[in-house]
Amino acid sequence: MIRALHRWPGLLALAIVMVLALSGAALSVFPAAERIAALQAGGSLTVDILAARIQSQYPGVEQIRRSPSGRIMAYWFDQGTPGAAVIDPATGQGAASADPNQTERWLTNLHRSLFLDDGGRIAMAAGAAAMLILSLSGVALVTRRAGGWRHWFAPLRGPLAGRLHVEIARIAVLGLVLSSATALWMTASTFDLLPDGGAPPAFPAEVSGETGVALGRLAMLGDTPVAELRELSFPYPDDATDVFTLKTDRGTGYLDQGTGALLSWADLTGWERVSETIYMLHTGQGAAPLGLVLGIMALGVPAMGVTGVMIWLAGWRGRPRIRDNQPASRADTILLVGSEGGSTWGFAATLHAALTEAGHSVHAAPMSAFAPQRYAHADRIIVLAATYGDGDAPTSAKGFVERMEALDAAPDIPLAVLGFGDRSFPAYCAFARTVSDAAKAKDWPELMALETVDRQSPQDFERWGRALGQALGIDLELAHQPVLPATERLTLVSRRDYGADVQAPSAILRFALPRRTLWQRLTGASFARFNAGDLIGIVPDGSPVPRLYSLASARRDGFIEIVVKKHPGGLSSGQLAALEPGGTVSAFLRRNPGFQPGRGRTPLILIGAGTGIGPLAGLIRGNARRRPIHLFFGMRHPDSDFFYDEEMPVWQDAGRIARLVTAASRERQPRYVQDVLRNDAPEVARLIRDGARVMVCGGRDMAAGVADAMAEILAPAGLTPATLKAEGRYVEDVY
Amino acid sequence: MKSLLATLALTTALTLPGLAMARPVTLTTTLNNYGGDGAYLAFYVTDASGVYAGSLWMAGEKSKYYEHLTDWYRATAGDTSQVNGITGASVGAGRELEITLDLADALFDAGYTLHIDAAVEDMRDSPGEVAVPLTTDGAGAPVKGRRYIANFTYDM
Repeated sequence: MIRALHRWPGLLALAIVMVLALSGAALSVFPAAERIAALQAGGSLTVDILAARIQSQYPGVEQIRRSPSGRIMAYWFDQGTPGAAVIDPATGQGAASADPNQTERWLTNLHRSLFLDDGGRIAMAAGAAAMLILSLSGVALVTRRAGGWRHWFAPLRGPLAGRLHVEIARIAVLGLVLSSATALWMTASTFDLLPDGGAPPAFPAEVSGETGVALGRLAMLGDTPVAELRELSFPYPDDATDVFTLKTDRGTGYLDQGTGALLSWADLTGWERVSETIYMLHTGQGAAPLGLVLGIMALGVPAMGVTGVMIWLAGWRGRPRIRDNQPASRADTILLVGSEGGSTWGFAATLHAALTEAGHSVHAAPMSAFAPQRYAHADRIIVLAATYGDGDAPTSAKGFVERMEALDAAPDIPLAVLGFGDRSFPAYCAFARTVSDAAKAKDWPELMALETVDRQSPQDFERWGRALGQALGIDLELAHQPVLPATERLTLVSRRDYGADVQAPSAILRFALPRRTLWQRLTGASFARFNAGDLIGIVPDGSPVPRLYSLASARRDGFIEIVVKKHPGGLSSGQLAALEPGGTVSAFLRRNPGFQPGRGRTPLILIGAGTGIGPLAGLIRGNARRRPIHLFFGMRHPDSDFFYDEEMPVWQDAGRIARLVTAASRERQPRYVQDVLRNDAPEVARLIRDGARVMVCGGRDMAAGVADAMAEILAPAGLTPATLKAEGRYVEDVY
Repeated sequence: MKSLLATLALTTALTLPGLAMARPVTLTTTLNNYGGDGAYLAFYVTDASGVYAGSLWMAGEKSKYYEHLTDWYRATAGDTSQVNGITGASVGAGRELEITLDLADALFDAGYTLHIDAAVEDMRDSPGEVAVPLTTDGAGAPVKGRRYIANFTYDM
């Protein structure tokens, strides 16, 4: 809901908000420039003396005005010709032209009305309203994502566009809320929707009828410091009924031109004061430094606009279209989807279409949008849940279990849970099981028992669909074609083979970078931008299901590199093992923001075994800044599968690795990487106490062994791998 | 350009009940290129003793700015009902405003004076921009304004 409130005003008002922000930022410079250029009156100077000085220079003076910057302007008539100048208050002489700045006027008219008068003003006010909604919904999104106000400035993870968007927003939002809220107030004031109009005092009916009072005898002028002056108008020459009109920061009054007496006075109303303060806050006129700050914050808007659109596009492309999605309140079937990369959404779309075809009205939503009170007409709830990591909720299911457990009672709507996962992982469909167990504990009525789909198997899905059809009393044919990301052909440039002697034939495969389109360059899509540790999905011939490998190179290396071991009977690894230079594969990029070293100079402890060395080697190759890297590398035998054996000494000499510790499991004294870690316990513990980050890459068993060793090593320091993981200082890429 | 016969007959005191005793008058106002935003202009008439008699036209639609038309504002105490139905858009620098009104014969050669107050955002207010006696002989003779109005003519 909040996300929609953020997305749609952002996309709809993008152009107007950009114009507002850029013109506003440009305008913010003028009050500051005027403040610097303005000749300031001395603190003790009073209006009567200033007026006398000006009158002696310009006997036909009609009006003196002081702007909030302190600039004083005088207007006069000299033999029937009007004149005006910026005045030096010390002498009363003209110091500069009083002509309005045409650039500022042009920008002002663009900023407030697009040169379109009232229609334009309303459009720009709508833009300001969109900006306000964007700011407030953005604040809600950031606090929700960070987990509360206290984490407002917590470090961010994820793709660059999203990080930049939030990074800019959390600074700029304050200025944007202020600018947009004051803009709406000012528009309301312009359209007379606020009772803040001026209430000048009634014009005096009786005057003395005399003229020619000396300025020094106008006591009110003598009491008013120039700093409070806004405007002093002189009476018309030869009109004995006219008066002096004085406007100050406090109010407006009329003074007799014969006696100098104050004839009437009216203070500013409370509304006027509020409106003036708001005007000052919005324009910076009278508060130039604030204006500049707001201007700089407004400059964040174009960047947030661009990154915002990129975030939206990424999400939009990652999720298949669901046609005829019904509102939750009217649907008879609720589909809740817990998906990490987007593939589960593809299954949801197929199920949605089939159920709709069979005459049901279906509402599909992410599990995180679970809202049972809205399901007024629902007869069944179907949960399609993938798993993230070792049984965590995937992105689109965050908060589901917590929300369900917080309910007083489970909904009285039968539930079916279908898990998606990969049987080769121990935590197969673990999140779906968690959901199913939590539902049982709540006595949620069951529509169907928990079922699972292995590796996006269309057959598993079809079988489950038939069972669902039976439960509903309909014929349900679920023919699902997994939706794959757009792939590119990559050409193998070179290969280096290892491990043949130790029954682990493997290779470092290097592919040429595909050409980038302009759009990919701008958005960083596909292979236009990647880092070591990101993933490459390779779609083997003969199977639609991609296999993921960790990248051992970054874009700036100029090639795409992976380290692959041939698995007996493995379709993809078999094809890769047989690939010769010049041959091609279909591949796509998948970002892996959870497995990055982060910025900074803190030491890195990299732990890898076998082909898990790939992303770690990529990080080392990119370590031009010589961040201290301690590499623990496990292999079978140094003569056979010591990947990057040629580069390692070079990297060591260049300072890209601070220390290399190897362990070999097929030597006379077999040692695993966790053994050499334990041998090095005091040093490892010291590095981690001092803030080092740990990155582990390799097989599941090896990662578990490393975690056990680390738990032992860290125990004396009162730390555990779990606490480090919570801080983002212990990350794993496990297969 | 704009025939305001019906509205004026209803809304201003300056037209007499019998239209036979009124005649169409065209007011043509040309502005200088004063280098600012659109000008607000108030057209109104005072009698022989200088007392406000009524308004003819208001160029400018936001009543919150009327206080800058100082003389008109003083004479009417800012009463917007004086210009109900006889209000139009403000006039850009260098542009011309032409209004055709049915004015009572009795206004001419009887000491009445037509005034124009002008005001421009962020520039000097200019009450008494034009003050021209309404006479049959004076029709067609251009009058210069003080600041913003290059010339003003009324034609019968």
